[in-house]
Amino acid sequence: MSVLSTGADWDFDLLDRYDTAIARIAHDEFGLDTYANQIEVITSEQMLDAYASSGLPVGYPHWSYGKEFIRNEHAYRRGMQGLAYEIVINSDPCIAYLMEENTIATQALVIAHACYGHNSFFKGNAAFRQWTAADAIIDYLVFARRYVLECEERHGHAAVEEILDACHALMHHGVDRYRRPVPLSLKAETARLAERETHRERQFNDLWRTVPVATTTPSSLRRAVFPAEPQENILYFVEKHSPRLEPWEREIVRIVRKLAQYFHPQTQTKVMNEGWATFWHYTIGNRLHATGQVDDGFMFEFLKSHTNVVYQPAYDVPHYNGINPYALGFAMFCDLRRMCEAPTAEDRTWFPDIAGGDWLKVLDFAMRNFKDDSFIAQYLSPRLIRDFRLFAIADHRHEDALKVDAIHDDHGYRRVRRLLAQQHANDERLPDVQVLRYDREGDRTLTLRYTQRRGRVLDDTAQEVVVHLRRLWGFPVHVETWEDDVQQTHLGTIAA
Amino acid sequence: MTHLIDRRLNDRGKSAVNRERFLRRYKKHVQSAVKKMIGERKLSDLEQGGEVRVPRKDVAQPSFGFGRGGDRERVFPGNREYSTGDRIPRDDGGAGGGNGTQGGEGDAQDDFVFSLSREEFMQIFFDDLALPRLARTELGQVQGTRTIRAGFTRTGAAANLAVVRTMRQALARRIALGGALADERAALERALAAAAAAGDAHAVAAIEEALQRVDRRRRGIAYLADPDLRFRHRVPRPEPVARAVMFCLMDVSASMDEEKKDLAKRFFSLLYLFLTRKYGEVDLVFIRHTDDAEEVDEDTFFHDPRSGGTVVYSALALADEIRAARYASGWNVYAAQASDGDAFGADPARSARFLRERLLPVVRYYTYLELCAADGDVRPSSLWAEYERLVDTENGRFAMRRAGSREEIYPVFRELFRKEASA
Repeated sequence: MSVLSTGADWDFDLLDRYDTAIARIAHDEFGLDTYANQIEVITSEQMLDAYASSGLPVGYPHWSYGKEFIRNEHAYRRGMQGLAYEIVINSDPCIAYLMEENTIATQALVIAHACYGHNSFFKGNAAFRQWTAADAIIDYLVFARRYVLECEERHGHAAVEEILDACHALMHHGVDRYRRPVPLSLKAETARLAERETHRERQFNDLWRTVPVATTTPSSLRRAVFPAEPQENILYFVEKHSPRLEPWEREIVRIVRKLAQYFHPQTQTKVMNEGWATFWHYTIGNRLHATGQVDDGFMFEFLKSHTNVVYQPAYDVPHYNGINPYALGFAMFCDLRRMCEAPTAEDRTWFPDIAGGDWLKVLDFAMRNFKDDSFIAQYLSPRLIRDFRLFAIADHRHEDALKVDAIHDDHGYRRVRRLLAQQHANDERLPDVQVLRYDREGDRTLTLRYTQRRGRVLDDTAQEVVVHLRRLWGFPVHVETWEDDVQQTHLGTIAA
Repeated sequence: MTHLIDRRLNDRGKSAVNRERFLRRYKKHVQSAVKKMIGERKLSDLEQGGEVRVPRKDVAQPSFGFGRGGDRERVFPGNREYSTGDRIPRDDGGAGGGNGTQGGEGDAQDDFVFSLSREEFMQIFFDDLALPRLARTELGQVQGTRTIRAGFTRTGAAANLAVVRTMRQALARRIALGGALADERAALERALAAAAAAGDAHAVAAIEEALQRVDRRRRGIAYLADPDLRFRHRVPRPEPVARAVMFCLMDVSASMDEEKKDLAKRFFSLLYLFLTRKYGEVDLVFIRHTDDAEEVDEDTFFHDPRSGGTVVYSALALADEIRAARYASGWNVYAAQASDGDAFGADPARSARFLRERLLPVVRYYTYLELCAADGDVRPSSLWAEYERLVDTENGRFAMRRAGSREEIYPVFRELFRKEASA
């Protein structure tokens, strides 16, 4: 086949031709299943805008987005930070932003990476299939923005900002991890909102105010514990049961909760998602070159960008910033392919089901059915542990020094793999704080339980979060710390 | 299927609303930062943007997270020398906390830094300030005129000729006058043809003569004639004038040391910046005085040293002279005077009288800034005592304040030009 272009310049016609060539490889040769693509070319200023709103094309206004924007702009202007080549949004059609400053090689890389890599991941991975409605998210964002603006007009900026601040503090604890939410759409949501509000209005009866209040509670009346089971979704509980929230405030809590839920799968699949997209831009780029559609100059630039992305510095260099999800994910998918195509004896022992199999099927299965922690626990091979020279450090409170727990040797492989998987699990990032009791018949106190493991306490900002929660709840809020079913009294409860 | 969309021409200010919200939320920090910048900067580069630092904990958004302590394991890449069981002393001395991944913690404690644009800076700088008694002028007490377009006219100067309009008029006239003749000619030609066909030579000669007559008349229609000419018309329209002249009066006598002069300069600089924002047209008159007054240019006023005795009256008299000569009508007159008040003999009383009788009736606002020693010399000067009587009688037209140190200048300035509540 003939070369698509030479030189660095691009135009829309050329982008279109590259997209067609990439789509042919992705769909026909490798069978990737994707949503339709919508590629939008934007300027660097617009990219900064997009950064501030997590890439979402519409969003409600809030100062924290302004802060994010200012931070990025400042860093960018000073040259401390480059901009990402692209941002991609999990929606149907899948929207990808390309920066106009990119050369054609970078644009092609980005198209392969975002429009075919991420896109197929969004469509195929279980976490996304289960938790997000790609076809409805933009609609919902439009609804959310309009609603928040309306509230600001009716109730003032300060009141809305206060509620949003409080909700943002609890955003990560406003997620259902194990139940599937129903898909949303603008029309259904507006209708349901009206219904919810009229229902609440109907519930209101001024007569209750006149009912005499018993001055003493019969001691024989045993109070039932509510909720019967601890609730992990704190924002949901607030939305449904807060004794003082106004209807519009409840709706804002709901909006923040829905957004948190939408972003939840992304935090769960960072390694897989980036690894998958990187694997595909690399594979597709090489196919373009092998079939003679791009020249060597293109490929040099392509590979330079690629190697920047998958660079993993060692733990002791100054710019080390954790394990690079691009590097780890890319290496793991490449390793899976290698095990299928050229298995070693070690692979046959460790991965008998995979070694020598059909790599396209193996990768497809892996992409669809895992999250980061289970993916690593399942597929991280001894060979990769050696390549990355991974080692685990134990930091225990009763030891006066750190200890090397495991390294890349026969005794250590499984241990390193398990620890690395754990490190990517939800519980490692977020403390397990749940709603324990709502004293409905008493003083309406809300009690949360922090289930502490291995002596890991909450950090200092917990107090501020509790103050925010109290604002939403309207009555006292306590956090109790429990470890192994024993309440940790010496730490004291956090209260507001 | 792929859609390619060019969004480059779309709005790029999408985050402006969020940025503005951020600034509003941290207004206190921004304001105090601006105040500090004013103190630190040189006058010449006062009018610039600037950097604002907000303590990171103030902009933090809290959420539940893990603190230090407890047991944990972390996996790192790039092992070279360790084997299982090696012990590594903690470098931070404290218990807990993984080492590598929290390497960014040092940065995280820094302030949150961002830049204010020049406009934003000046906005905050002069926030809530207004020119006293500006309203009266805006209501049209002082009138000026401005010419505006008002269609076309038949007479005018050649420079105002509206060519297109003129040519259109000419064309219309040619059509109007020539149309009837053209019809007449066509009728004659038809008659000529009929006569020629009938062989009536006499009639043919008569008609041909008539034709020549018609052609002569058609040639007589001018291509361009005087009645076609049109000129652009402009009429004067009365407009309220917002022109201002500012008299800056500074005492440069020997008792005014460098410290005090510096204070005065700061005050005048603020005033100058402020006025240029409020008025489209600001004239400045710089008058400095010792025992006699002279008008100087800006540079000399601010930078040229001089010393001598003190006669305030001389400066006031010169200001009035200049006002009468150059700014007699159509100007909003403001005056600011800075001095240490160290006047002797009859001068304070004479100055105060002159001020009351001659200057105050014609100015919008007169401010007097008395510069006292930084170590808190609170004894009022003789000039202050005389001027103090004016404050009550001159109802809002006259204001005076004392300042002793650099930090006081800005508050004093703000006080003097505070927005009058619900004016």
